Amino acid sequence: MPSLGADMEEGTVVEWFVQPGDTVARGDIVATIDTDKAEIDVEIWQGGVIEALLVEVGRKVPVGTPLATLSSEGATPATPSPVAPTSEAAPAPPPAPAVPIAAPAPPPPPPVAPVAPPAPAPAAAVAGGRPRVSPLARRVATQLGVDVSTVAGSGLGGAVTKADVERAAGQPSEAAPASEGPTAPPASEAVGTPSEGADRERAASIQRAVGVAMARSHREIPHYYLDTWIDMSAAMRWLENENRQRPVRERLLYSALLLRAVALAVHEVPEVNGFWRDDRFEASGPVHLGVGVSLPDGGLIAPAIQDADQLELGELMAALRDVVQRARGGGLRGSELTSGTITVTNLGERGVDTVFGLIYPPQVALVGFGKLVERPWAEDGMVGARLQVHASLSGDHRASNGHRGALFLAAIDRLLQQPEQL
Amino acid sequence: MTAPAESGVVELTYREAIREAMREAMQRDPRVFLMGEDVGRYGGCFAVSLGLLEEFGPERIRDTPLSELGFTGAGIGAAMGGMRPIVEIMTVNFSLLAADQIVNNAATLPHMSGGQFNVPLVIRMTTGGGRQLAAQHSHSLEGWYAHVPGLRVLTPATIADARGMLAPALEDPNPVLIFEHALLYNVSGELRPEELPVDISSAAIRRPGSDVSLIAYGGMLRHALTAAEQLAAEGIDAEVVDLRVLRPLDEPRILESVTRTHRAVLIDEGWRSGGIAAEVSARIMEGAFYELDAPVARVASAEVPIPYAAHLEQAALPQVEEIVTTARALVRGDAAGSGAATDG
Repeated sequence: MPSLGADMEEGTVVEWFVQPGDTVARGDIVATIDTDKAEIDVEIWQGGVIEALLVEVGRKVPVGTPLATLSSEGATPATPSPVAPTSEAAPAPPPAPAVPIAAPAPPPPPPVAPVAPPAPAPAAAVAGGRPRVSPLARRVATQLGVDVSTVAGSGLGGAVTKADVERAAGQPSEAAPASEGPTAPPASEAVGTPSEGADRERAASIQRAVGVAMARSHREIPHYYLDTWIDMSAAMRWLENENRQRPVRERLLYSALLLRAVALAVHEVPEVNGFWRDDRFEASGPVHLGVGVSLPDGGLIAPAIQDADQLELGELMAALRDVVQRARGGGLRGSELTSGTITVTNLGERGVDTVFGLIYPPQVALVGFGKLVERPWAEDGMVGARLQVHASLSGDHRASNGHRGALFLAAIDRLLQQPEQL
Repeated sequence: MTAPAESGVVELTYREAIREAMREAMQRDPRVFLMGEDVGRYGGCFAVSLGLLEEFGPERIRDTPLSELGFTGAGIGAAMGGMRPIVEIMTVNFSLLAADQIVNNAATLPHMSGGQFNVPLVIRMTTGGGRQLAAQHSHSLEGWYAHVPGLRVLTPATIADARGMLAPALEDPNPVLIFEHALLYNVSGELRPEELPVDISSAAIRRPGSDVSLIAYGGMLRHALTAAEQLAAEGIDAEVVDLRVLRPLDEPRILESVTRTHRAVLIDEGWRSGGIAAEVSARIMEGAFYELDAPVARVASAEVPIPYAAHLEQAALPQVEEIVTTARALVRGDAAGSGAATDG
């Protein structure tokens, strides 16, 4: 069961698209998973032949549970046992039995040991360096989408082991240690009591999942906030003209202009695009724009538009429509939920002026837009009414700073003043 | 050796198993002969060849002068001339006197002659400590020979391997060294007919397990198996891998085991620095790094010449307790016994 978001604890197999014996290639969709938030199509990350399906349709299992076994030609893959989610690979059948040699009477234990046995290694201090994570744990964490820097290690010298990662993937709220400080992790607020009705239960479950991710964001990410008003009159004028020339189905919403401006502005300030992992910033080359989408049942999800900076406006608009539609109606791919490199949330349609958002970890920035509103605007000693939108940036101070963030917002503003070039 | 029961299962000692292997080889092939110090009239300094002189005569069971260089070289010459000699060297310590013949001649001649000469020679020698024979008789230098291309290095640790490894070693056109741990000679066990023949190329899983691989060879296999039993009582399921062949290493099986257990403790009676365990450890890093859930650990001899005094000798050699402690630390994460080096 893949982790389709930092807040996912378990998932239900809704449908299998493969059967034992099928040959699959990397990227093929093999199953649909219900994550409590949405139904997601799950891709496979390795090619091979499906050996067995271990989890039947309708069963809910924790993140990390093997769903199926895959054999790849030429390799001797360990076969995960279907018994328990954390069980190790089944041992190979024992080889030809050997005759165990009976030990002769052991020598008497030494009364004294003048030659000191090797002293145990003092656990090398993790003094602010790279966290201790076993290679296997690091690999499994990548597969499960777990941020190892948040996992408490139980291994040698406090190292994070595979079991720690699997525990963290299964119970993110408990596994996240208060490593950043002595403060206790904030309890995710219970939203209503899921006493009556499955819908209500589901909504509560979504809210809890969001709560876990956001609690982590608030606890670990040193946010800074910037905001500015952007004059949208030039952009809206251009959009009106542009839409007159477009078939109705291909007309643009002004959100597409905002997304386009954000995607291009990222090129000027790359520190806002990427991930904070293992105590360092990993810049992302591609710009996968996460877009906050509210779901009919009250949930919130942020699927990513892949390579948003490579799409011209019409394509971006189509991609936005597609991803919103699939977020609400089902059919999102798992990778779309985890691949975002920066998120944009637009709460303007809900009527607010300003968004002060929490960053979606492990991303490092979130751009918020408020409502498009006509307000007084002073320029060259004159006051006039202009269409404006309030843009805000929530930045991770470990990856960028207020100065760079300001340049980023200014770039978005500047791009929106020349809509014909977007 | 007890008479074979109807099932064909026989009970015999490691010493008897080797003697049987030599007897069978000499009965089967007239080119096979044994030569070394005290192998004839005295019956071998570890009594391995006891009775063979009477059975095969002085032409085929040849006592030699105390000159390892000389009789090992004679063995190489005989092998090149078409014979199938078994040369016995008393201990691996003394084999250093013949190291020039083994390393510079036996291992190289097939290569330097472009394959025109084979050296189908088998050299048997004892190795290891634990018998209060002091530093000049107690070292474990088999890892040195495992460094040398052109040699095959075998370390029989079971009755079946003691009985079965000689025949394929004599078949090998290249020189083969067989290291017999001195503490194993008196060990007895059952030999079932289906255990033979054995190969001289693979490692063996002596006990399957899922939590940690205890990788040992020769005299240390018993320690590893005992440690695995003790660990089992604590709920740790250890797999025991017997290397069997130190050169060429059976890398696939070693990696396969570590891939299953994600942790490895290497047990080597040689010294830690530059030992065979270091080589196995490096292979694991190269081939199974992303399978490791804990650092590879080594349990090896203290970096001192093996002492004479019993308590000092025991303190210097790897013991079951240290294996248990080290494995437990890898699995449970205890800080104690993490296998850190104290280099001499």
